[in-house]
Amino acid sequence: MNKFFLVLVFLASTMPCYVLQAQQSTETTHLSDYFSPATGVKSPDDEGFIQRWLLLEPIDKPNRTNTVFTDSYIREAFATEYFLKQLTVLPKDGDKVKAGKQELTWHALDSKLFNVKLFRFASGLKKQVYGVLFWAVTVIECSEDIENVRMSVGSNSASMWWLNGEEAVILSGDRRMVKDDCMSRRLTLKKGKNIVRGAVINGPGMSDFCVRFIDENGVPVKKNINISYK
Amino acid sequence: MIMKTKTILLSAVTLMSVLTYEKAIAQIGAPYIHDPSTIMECSGKYYTFGSGGGGLISEDGWTWHGGGVRPGGGAAPDVVKIGNRYLIAYSATGGGLGGGHSGKVLTMWNKTLDPNSPDFEYTEPVEVASSVDDEDCDAIDAGLLLDPTDGRLWLSYGTYFGFIRLVELDPATGKRMDGNKEIDIAIDCEATDLIYRDGWYYLLATHGTCCDGPNSTYNIVAGRSRKVTGPYVDNVGRKMLEGGGKMVIAAGNRQTGTGHFGLFKVTDGVEKMSFHFESDFDRGGRSVLAIRPLLWKNGWPVAGEVFKEGTYEIESERRGYSLELSVDFVRMESVMYRLWEKDDKPLEPLKSQTLEDVIGTWSQGNINVRIGDYMFRPHQRWAITAVPDVGGYLGGTYYKIVIEGTNRALAATADAEVVTVPEFTGDPEQLWRIDQLTDGTYRIMPKKAPGIDKELVMVSVGDSTPSLGEFDMNSDNSKWNFRNH
Repeated sequence: MNKFFLVLVFLASTMPCYVLQAQQSTETTHLSDYFSPATGVKSPDDEGFIQRWLLLEPIDKPNRTNTVFTDSYIREAFATEYFLKQLTVLPKDGDKVKAGKQELTWHALDSKLFNVKLFRFASGLKKQVYGVLFWAVTVIECSEDIENVRMSVGSNSASMWWLNGEEAVILSGDRRMVKDDCMSRRLTLKKGKNIVRGAVINGPGMSDFCVRFIDENGVPVKKNINISYK
Repeated sequence: MIMKTKTILLSAVTLMSVLTYEKAIAQIGAPYIHDPSTIMECSGKYYTFGSGGGGLISEDGWTWHGGGVRPGGGAAPDVVKIGNRYLIAYSATGGGLGGGHSGKVLTMWNKTLDPNSPDFEYTEPVEVASSVDDEDCDAIDAGLLLDPTDGRLWLSYGTYFGFIRLVELDPATGKRMDGNKEIDIAIDCEATDLIYRDGWYYLLATHGTCCDGPNSTYNIVAGRSRKVTGPYVDNVGRKMLEGGGKMVIAAGNRQTGTGHFGLFKVTDGVEKMSFHFESDFDRGGRSVLAIRPLLWKNGWPVAGEVFKEGTYEIESERRGYSLELSVDFVRMESVMYRLWEKDDKPLEPLKSQTLEDVIGTWSQGNINVRIGDYMFRPHQRWAITAVPDVGGYLGGTYYKIVIEGTNRALAATADAEVVTVPEFTGDPEQLWRIDQLTDGTYRIMPKKAPGIDKELVMVSVGDSTPSLGEFDMNSDNSKWNFRNH
């Protein structure tokens, strides 16, 4: 029983979208429960998950339900330009962008979990948590070419991911975040810097994602790579 | 006009066949419920409770109607029988829109589930778990497990909003055990339930999109653990704390949105799972109670199928021979080829033997049955159809089993044997209960053998000899397969 969904259905016809925002009246969680500032050298965790990300504060993108996230919808949603150079920029911690009337900040953070809890990123910054679109960027630095790897992604809700500017994975529909839910075709992590970029869209409910690379034997890629945001 | 009449007739026939089929696969009566609790048997009746209060009652497990009483409103209750009392857990929701996810799980007792009983009285509910706003948990959707290995009582709860959590309750009081701390056991699911089998604890959870009618992708998945406290892991080694889960049942048969698993053990080898379909297309898209056989494959729970009407070979699991009339085997004429001689004549398909070819050789009275080599002959082809208005059993209706194209019916006898009678009359000895067993085979049980009070099933007492006997899950003599080939 998803009570949130039921309540939404009940109220959808009478309440405007702007109420789909977190009420922070009784805070029991904080950003520091889930994230720490990104410092020093960072490797993937024991299972290869990438925990260091530059996260942009949520862009307002109202949706009362996640069931609208068809392939066509999210392709159009992610092709829409919300801020300048959104598909090419390698931001710095603290950089600000203008997305419509919103001024949003990039945050370089290390997740304390294998997944990146976007909901808690937003709520911890006292930003809206529902009806949102997140952008995430990270840099994977390889000491040598690593061929035939797949980008493995789970996300809540729909998302789209790029490696070095090329589309790698798309997760459509009302998704829950499941480890190794969707895989890219075989890719090459090239020697030097590789930019991973993702966009996650969510209406109501939690939002998060997990990303790692898997080799041809199904083994997480952990050796010879470091994660940075520069 | 003729075409139009034909079209109308064809449509009517199609509709009739659809209605008959749907009747045979879905609970009948008014089985409308959302988030059904585990089915309980109390004083010869079956009960399940749902969200919002109230519940369903059934005399036989097939026909369901309202009338269950469960106060407190709220969401998604569950029930467990402890001793001679029933413990009901349910959740009172306090949050919802705008980020609030406060919730409470409460428990209460009743000596009976029959609202007409003088003993029917709920105790005052007590809070056993809760969540506050902005916490990574949503304390609703209760699931109860009385551990059969040690008698400890466990409660799982939670939704997509954060963790599924496990707490221990006192089986004597239904209250939270003193000092017990909740344990996170899963994420990204809801409507959980715990069961135990063969040294494993299984966490059944509901994944997908809830409450979206015909578009609901709700589905039931499972993970398992050697310890009740986890970690629960799926078939590919993925923890349920990482979103893992192996499918138990999803949409099908014009029904979508499976959720809220519950287990009912009929006897060793006969297990039923209850849940809801959030949208039954043949019932206007309403949310309905569903009951399916629960199968176990390689240590994993899988939903079986409600028996589908059709014409089948009835194959004995003992040897693989087929149930048939004890009549003369009528040989088929055909050209015998000398394999060493070249023959360029065009190939002509052989015709199958038909009922008309052989029925004249059969007695018109009772005919015994035996088990023999399956040759897809008329005396081995059994047409099995649901019989309306004769009641049913948990998750199924009664069937008649006749030789295809005839009314010659399989029947139980007063001396605990099986025979065929020339005409189906609908008497209890001609009505058959068909349960899919946990290993995927079936047991075939007469509604009643004349003058015999014991439950008997059709058995293979010899490779070639059927009879009636007590059901034994550990013996292939008790098991049959239905093959359409």
